[in-house]
Amino acid sequence: MKALSRVLMIIAALSLGLLFLFPMWKIYLEAPQYPEGLEMHIWVNKISGSSESVLQNFNILNHYIGMEPIHAESFAELKIMPYIVVFFMITGVVVALLGIRKLIVYWAALLMLGGAVGILDFYLWLVKFGTNLDPTAPIKIPGMTYIPPLLGHKELLNFDALSLPSTGSIGILLAIVFAGIAFYVSREKKIREKITA
Amino acid sequence: METLISKFKKVAPKAALLMAVAAGAALQGCNKSGGESDKAVDSDAASAVYVAPGEHDELYSFLSGGFNGQVSVYGIPSGRLLKIIPVFSQFPENGYGYNEETKPMLQTSHGFVPWDDLHHPKLSRTDGMADGRWLFVNGNNTPRVARVDLKTFETVEIMEIPNSAGNHCSPYPTNNNEYVIAGTRFSVPLDMKGGTADVSMEEYKDKFRGSISFIKVDKEDGDMELDFQVLVPGFDYDLANGGKGPSNDWVFFTTYNTEKSGTLKELGASQNDRDYLAAINWKVAAKYAAEGKAHEMPANYYHNKLDHGSFQAKSEVKKTVRYLLPEECPGMMYLIPAPKSPHGIDVDPSGEYMVVNGKLASSLPVFSFSKMQKAIENKDFDGEVNGIPVFKYESVLQGEVKEPGLGPLHTEFDGKGNAYSTMFVSSEVVKWSLKDLQVKDRIPVYYSPGHLMIPGGDTEKPYGKYLVVMNKITKDRFLPTGPELMHSAQLIDISGEKMKMLLDFPTVAEPHYAQAIQADLVAPNSVKFHKLDENTHPNAVKNEKDVSVTRNGKTVTVKMTAIRSHLTPDNIEGIQVGDTVLFHVTNLEQDWDVPHGFAVMGANNAETLIMPGATQTLRWVPKQEGVYPFYCTDFCSALHQEMQGYVRVSPKGSNVPIKFRMGEKKPVPPATASVN
Ligand SMILES: [Cu+2]
Repeated sequence: MKALSRVLMIIAALSLGLLFLFPMWKIYLEAPQYPEGLEMHIWVNKISGSSESVLQNFNILNHYIGMEPIHAESFAELKIMPYIVVFFMITGVVVALLGIRKLIVYWAALLMLGGAVGILDFYLWLVKFGTNLDPTAPIKIPGMTYIPPLLGHKELLNFDALSLPSTGSIGILLAIVFAGIAFYVSREKKIREKITA
Repeated sequence: METLISKFKKVAPKAALLMAVAAGAALQGCNKSGGESDKAVDSDAASAVYVAPGEHDELYSFLSGGFNGQVSVYGIPSGRLLKIIPVFSQFPENGYGYNEETKPMLQTSHGFVPWDDLHHPKLSRTDGMADGRWLFVNGNNTPRVARVDLKTFETVEIMEIPNSAGNHCSPYPTNNNEYVIAGTRFSVPLDMKGGTADVSMEEYKDKFRGSISFIKVDKEDGDMELDFQVLVPGFDYDLANGGKGPSNDWVFFTTYNTEKSGTLKELGASQNDRDYLAAINWKVAAKYAAEGKAHEMPANYYHNKLDHGSFQAKSEVKKTVRYLLPEECPGMMYLIPAPKSPHGIDVDPSGEYMVVNGKLASSLPVFSFSKMQKAIENKDFDGEVNGIPVFKYESVLQGEVKEPGLGPLHTEFDGKGNAYSTMFVSSEVVKWSLKDLQVKDRIPVYYSPGHLMIPGGDTEKPYGKYLVVMNKITKDRFLPTGPELMHSAQLIDISGEKMKMLLDFPTVAEPHYAQAIQADLVAPNSVKFHKLDENTHPNAVKNEKDVSVTRNGKTVTVKMTAIRSHLTPDNIEGIQVGDTVLFHVTNLEQDWDVPHGFAVMGANNAETLIMPGATQTLRWVPKQEGVYPFYCTDFCSALHQEMQGYVRVSPKGSNVPIKFRMGEKKPVPPATASVN
């Protein structure tokens, strides 16, 4: 593994840092009475909104249908996830330093697996919140559940809910892409080394 | 009708009174026949004022409400009412002046005065242009100047003016808000202790004096402070306007009753052919005051301020005031003879021309600032009054607009070299040119106009597209509503050669003056809600877990929260007849336009309306035992009707303990959700 490949691998590891700088997922709610919309931002370590008070307003709306209030403490995952991301960043750098080409594949595969587990976990949250409703809620619509869409949009009463990955998630994508290039570049070098040898 | 009016004009100076009657009759005649008045409205007027649903107006316009003590905010060009801001009046709509936080705003040295006569809104300025930060207004009756914050559209400061009576000539901000200047309308016998003396009316000429107050404005937060006063001759001071450009350092005041008549002023104050336009150099005045020329006298006036964070108003009583005497301050003040009982004084955008609207005069004199400077240099005076030099009329006159109409009251400018004057008696707006002082156009208004306003018309760069003319008497413009009709304003297009009537809109109480400003300078700063974290009210409760009901002697303090759709606590027991119950209600919402109201059955004041993130206090003294419902008065959600609760009131001395609750089990309210 040559220098360029190591650099690319370090970039791959650092790309994951985007997860700490930007939300990884956003859920938008839109309705005529909320012309500016309500945005919920899901980060690797916290939940926020487009403005400070959005989460409270989400919860005020949700309490009519008996949905549990959403706050960071509701999710144990938010406490674990930062460590997982840091783990991947460190191991990515270690892979670059060791310069063992095969490890790049293992690292990227593990990262993809981690991402898939994350998305599955996220889907399970949505189901839990959308279906686990207080039986004494003031508003009850027979047969109605309020699971927001995992990806794309969905009508929930008079709200249009839209769910999309956000800038933070690009960090994972970049990490995988850079790892891929690092892998590819080191292969080219190998071929050339063989020829010159 | 045009020809009718111009015919009247020709004989106007000779038969003014007769004319007035005839013109009125003619106008009413036109209206009854229907056809004529319609012609004044252009066919595309509707599209010129149409603002589609969801679209915003170009301008905010602030109209004074006169005797209602309020300011009303209208969108221009639509003429839609956006808000009513109570300033000197109690306002049951939101509890202003009724709740404990805002009651101190209406305190004066005369006690609690929950009303005033609000005449002139004036926008704060930076470099001579309206900056959209604050609106200053005057209380004419119990002399006061108030400041409205345009972030919240709330009255945040009211200061009483000592040594003043009828604060009509007020409040005029200088071009960088260095001062807001307020003159007294009525002269009074000052007792030199901040009040008036017990003096016979026979002694009017000798004992009565006027005052002009210079209120300093803090550059950052707008806080006012009465810096000094100038004690002036005992005339009536009517209106004022500041200079700009070359005349930046000057402020001009119209006076009447220079006869110093104490009775039947209708005649007594109309004897002199000429009264005065008083000119004061405020920079020179400020310099004299700073250099120690000012005397000090005891005073007694209130200064009330509303704190941003705690939402509480506090009163401070000021005990002294500094004053200057013009006779001791050469170069500070001059008098310009002006035709009979002048009303409005308006300085054109270049700052060179001072237009004086002599309401009983047949012509409109235009004075020249540069000529005034020359006259000062050449000492071109015609005697003096109380040591104040009086200019020769001709030496400062630029020229007169001949036969402009009957009863000129006010003038504003379009920035293209034209002036527009209202004619109260002949009921019209007259456009004339500053260049040649010739009348260019006239448009009838229905019926008698007072002030008119061109957005920025008193600044260096008027927004010369619209003109708003405020009528004093509306008659038949709208569906009748009994003996009393809505007052009205009319919007006129002044973008072309000819004026075009665009719109009539009703106004709240009697509009006197108005100011308008581009929406972009105000709208982006509008506060949507108060941050709960920044609420420093001593009795605020920011979490439902912390609500409380405590007794201290005969006072019961309830610290309560409101959020869609419940009040916490909603059951309160242990209150006794005759207790003073203070409901401190904090609105936990952090969303735009979700105030909650709070009202108790039989309360003797009002409800209170609490903005998101704010705390307001309602005082309640139950007089009978029983159970009293309380509830939210502002429809806040689908479950608004359920936003209610009960207070149990037991007889005096009963042993029912203080007890409160909300919900059967420990609630998990949405408000406890943390943000991050
Ligand atoms: Cu409510």
